Amino acid sequence: MELDIRGQELLLSIKMTIEDFISKLEAEFEDVEPGTLKAETSFRDIEDWSSMHALIVIALIDTEYDVILSGTDLQAANTINDLFELVRTKQ
Amino acid sequence: MARFSISGVTISGIAACVPKQVVSNYDYDLLNEKERRLLVKTIGVETRHVAPKYTTTLDYACAAAEKLFEETNCDRSEIKLEIFVTQSRDFYLPSTAVIAQDKLGLPQDCMAFDIGLGCSGYTYGLSVAASIMKSTGIKKALLLVGDVSTVTCAYNDTSTYPLFGDAGTATLLELSKGNQWSFDLHSDGSGEEAIKIPHGGMRHLLTEESLIERKREDGNTRSDLHLQLDGLSVFNFSITKVPKSLNSFLDEVNADRELIDFFVMHQANKLMNETIRKKVKFDPVKVPYSLSQYGNTSSASIPLTMVSELGSQLGVPRKLLLSGFGVGLSWGHALIETNGVICPKVLEI
Repeated sequence: MELDIRGQELLLSIKMTIEDFISKLEAEFEDVEPGTLKAETSFRDIEDWSSMHALIVIALIDTEYDVILSGTDLQAANTINDLFELVRTKQ
Repeated sequence: MARFSISGVTISGIAACVPKQVVSNYDYDLLNEKERRLLVKTIGVETRHVAPKYTTTLDYACAAAEKLFEETNCDRSEIKLEIFVTQSRDFYLPSTAVIAQDKLGLPQDCMAFDIGLGCSGYTYGLSVAASIMKSTGIKKALLLVGDVSTVTCAYNDTSTYPLFGDAGTATLLELSKGNQWSFDLHSDGSGEEAIKIPHGGMRHLLTEESLIERKREDGNTRSDLHLQLDGLSVFNFSITKVPKSLNSFLDEVNADRELIDFFVMHQANKLMNETIRKKVKFDPVKVPYSLSQYGNTSSASIPLTMVSELGSQLGVPRKLLLSGFGVGLSWGHALIETNGVICPKVLEI
């Protein structure tokens, strides 16, 4: 399907935002090499994922996007894209 | 709304006492080295002072009180109000405060009682002591605040074991001229499950079953006599309701953040406290931490931080914002003015 210019711009802005979200996550997790996380990455598969990482994600999302994710929200999400979508919906 | 102001009370001195025994989170062998590093970075706790078995909050608080009497030249016969804030009392009954009255040689015409609060306890204690002093004319009061929490944390529970340390503190309050104190106190019992010791009280009496250590949904192993902590719920509560109420409180009392010398928070967890600090818009230099050395010391964390991190800086008139939040859920803020607080160095026994 061909996207018109506005559609392409919208897609681009979403893509940029996801990339921004991912780079912020990578910056928070110091053991994660930049460029290794993808939108489809299941965040629990990040090496040594623990409850500490969950707290870091919640604090980051709160500080950067002014959105509070609950434990239930986090449990329902699998991929980084799921998290991103949650943030967008709650914003 | 439990928001009120009192004037004419001051803090003359604060002393704190911790156990000698230091435990390092870098030695916590339930986690690998990388996990330990992340834990220390996130919660901010490197070491904790841990009480030996059968040494209680009463022991630490009384040692702190003795030090305080000595340093402030206080005549203990003049103390007519003594309040003990703790969730780790010596016995089911009697109240720890009454035992402390005798142990410290306070007069028998001194009113003494316990307040059963944890993380929010110091601000609650100050508000109750100051209110009673103003309404009765009692000139000197002793506020004993602290907890021995480590005894209730299971070694196999990574959500509690590396977090808590033990401490007892003593604060001497006196009637004085001036000094505006404002309080803002809150409760939300719907969050009772977030931080709880489920058995051993009247609702679930101690049975053999209470002692069985079981693996829980969160992967941690503990008994029902151990402290359970739902980290995510507490985290979410702390970064939403606490800063929101603090900002609204500061707005209502028309407080200029520039004129507040220090913002002393309950030492819960570094990431959580830093998130709150940013939301309340305080410069890091005004926000002291004792977390790395002492861990989360429950009700003692605010006075312990005042003694260990501010010490002689409290020797001149100061305006302080104090904020305690946690178990209950319960939270309380106090904006207080002091005119020279004597803070002897943290005692270790």
